[in-house]
Amino acid sequence: MAAEPAASLPYRLTGHVGRRFVQAVEEFGYGAALLVESLYWIVAGHWLNQPVRLRVVAAEMIDIGVSAVPVVAILAFANGGMMALQGIYTLQDFGAQSQVIPGIAMSVTREFGVLIAGIVVAGRSGSAIAARIGTMNMSQEIDALRVMGIEPVRYLVAPMLLAMLVMMPVLAILADAMAVTGGGVITSLKLHMALPVYFDRALAELVPSDIGQGLAKSFVFGVLVVVVAAGNGFIARGGAEGLGRATTRSVVLCIAAIVVADMIFTLFLSR
Amino acid sequence: MPQRTSDSSRPVIEVEGLRASWGGQPVLHDVDLSVEAGEIRVVMGGSGSGKSTLLRYLLGLHRPDAGTVRLFGEDISRLGRRDMLALRRRIGVSFQGGALFNSMTVGDNVCLPLREHTRLDEHTIRIMSRMKLEVVSLAGFEHLMPSQLSGGMVKRAALARAIVMDPDILFFDEPSAGLDPVVAADLDALILRLREAMQVTIVVVTHELDSAFAIADRITVLDQGRILMTGGVDEVRNADNERIRNLLTRTATDTEVDVDDYLERLTQGVGPQ
Ligand SMILES: Nc1ncnc2c1ncn2[C@@H]1O[C@H](COP(=O)(O)OP(=O)(O)OP(=O)(O)O)[C@@H](O)[C@H]1O
Ligand SMILES: [Mg+2]
Repeated sequence: MAAEPAASLPYRLTGHVGRRFVQAVEEFGYGAALLVESLYWIVAGHWLNQPVRLRVVAAEMIDIGVSAVPVVAILAFANGGMMALQGIYTLQDFGAQSQVIPGIAMSVTREFGVLIAGIVVAGRSGSAIAARIGTMNMSQEIDALRVMGIEPVRYLVAPMLLAMLVMMPVLAILADAMAVTGGGVITSLKLHMALPVYFDRALAELVPSDIGQGLAKSFVFGVLVVVVAAGNGFIARGGAEGLGRATTRSVVLCIAAIVVADMIFTLFLSR
Repeated sequence: MPQRTSDSSRPVIEVEGLRASWGGQPVLHDVDLSVEAGEIRVVMGGSGSGKSTLLRYLLGLHRPDAGTVRLFGEDISRLGRRDMLALRRRIGVSFQGGALFNSMTVGDNVCLPLREHTRLDEHTIRIMSRMKLEVVSLAGFEHLMPSQLSGGMVKRAALARAIVMDPDILFFDEPSAGLDPVVAADLDALILRLREAMQVTIVVVTHELDSAFAIADRITVLDQGRILMTGGVDEVRNADNERIRNLLTRTATDTEVDVDDYLERLTQGVGPQ
C-alpha cells in the first residue's frame, strides 16, 4: 500500500486538503446547528419545561466575564500605551503628534478594545469550555444528562451563550476604557499634556457608530468562542490525549475565528 | 403524547430486529427482546458481547441501523422532542462507570433531576434526595465529591440518582463489576428490595454469574451481538448450548487454530511485501 505509485506527494496532498475541507465544512455546519439549538432553548425552553436557569447563567458570567477582568484591563492598558508611543513616533515626522489622540480613540473603540477582549476570552474560556464539555463527554456525563431528560445543549451551552452575550460587550467597553487610559498616560508624559485635557479631546473624538461597531463585534466574538469551544468539546474523543488535543484546537480555532470575523467586519464597515 | 400506559398486558420494553454498528463494524445482529412490567431481566454475556451497546440503544442514545425499540409501547425513534423528554422522565439509568457529575457533590447529583423536572422547593428536594441516599446506604455522604468515593459507593450513588424520580424502568449497567463479593451481594439485595418497594421494571446488564442468578426473573444471554437464549434462571443454568456452558463454567472458548490463518494475521502488513 505504502509503495503504490499513485500515492505520490501531490496526490496525497490533494486528498489531504480535500478531506480537511470536507471536515471543515462539516464542523462549520455542526457549529451552526449548535448555535441554532442554543437559541432555540433560550427562546422556547420555558414552554418545553427546559428553561435556561438564570442561576447557571450568573455562574457562567462570573467564570467567563468577571474573572477575565484583570487580564483584559492590563493588556488593554499596555496596548493603549504602546499605540500612543508608536503613534507619536510616527506622527512626529509631520509635526502632528497631537493627532495621536483621535487615532487612539478611533482604532481602540472600533478595533483593538474588542479584539483584546475577544482574544483573552478565547484563550481563557475557549480552552475551559472545551475541556469541561470534553471531560463530561468522555465520562458519559453528557449521556447521563440526555437520558435524564435534560438536554445537554440547553443545560450546558445555552447558559454559556447568554453569559457571553452579556459579558463580552462589557469586557469590550472595559478594554476600550483601559486602552484609552493607557494611551492617555503615555501621551500626557510625552506631549506634556494634562490628563484631563487628553480625556476631553479623546471623548470629543468618540463617535457612537464607532462604539457600536465595537459592540457589534463583541457579540459576534462571544458567539464564536462559545460555539467553537463547545463544539470541540462535544466531538472530543480518545481519553486524556484526545482531550488535550481538543482544548488546544479549540483555542487556536477560537482565535482564528475571531481574527477572520474581525477582518470581515473591518472590510465591510470601515469606509 | 406517551400516556401512562396502564395496559399491563403489553411488555414495557419491546425490541425487534435491532441491528447496530460502531463505525461500520456490526455489534448487534437482529436482537429481539421483550421485557414485562415488574420483571427483573438480566442481560448476561461476556465482555465485549455488546451489552452496554444494547443498553445505549434501549435508551435511544443512537439511531439503530435497523429494527425498532419500543418503550411503554412507543417507538422511540419516532417520538418528537417533547414526548421523548417526557418519556425519559420515566426511566432511570445507572451507567457502567457511574457517570456522576464530577463537578457536583453526591447530594447535588441526586438532586439534579428533581431540580430540573419538578417545581418542588429546595427543602423537599433535599429530603427526597436524602431518602434515596438512605435507600442505598449513603446517608451522610452527600457532601462528598464523586472523586472521593470508592467504586462501590459510586455505583450506589448512581443508583440513588437513577431512582430519585421514581422511574417505571430502571437500567443498571454492571452493578457488581469490580466490587468485592460482599458489596456485590449487597447491591443485589438492594436491587431486589427496590423492586419490592417501587414495583419498577429493572434491566440489569452484567457478566457476573452469581449476581445474575441471584436477582433475575429471566435471563437473556447475549453473545457476540446475538441473543443465544432467554429463559428462567434454571433454564439458563441447564442450557445445552456450548457457548452458554462455556460462559457458565468459565471455560475459555476454543477457537479452532488454523495455522495459515494465524501466520497471516501475525505477518499482515509487516515487513517486505
Ligand atoms: N464508543 C464506541 N466506539 C466504537 N466501538 C465501540 C464503542 N463502544 C463499544 N464499542 C465496541 O462494541 C463492542 C461491544 O462493546 P460493549 O461495550 O457493548 O460490550 P459489553 O458487553 O458492555 O462489554 P463489558 O462487559 O466489557 O462492558 C466492542 O467490540 C467494542 O469495541
Ligand atoms: Mg459494558
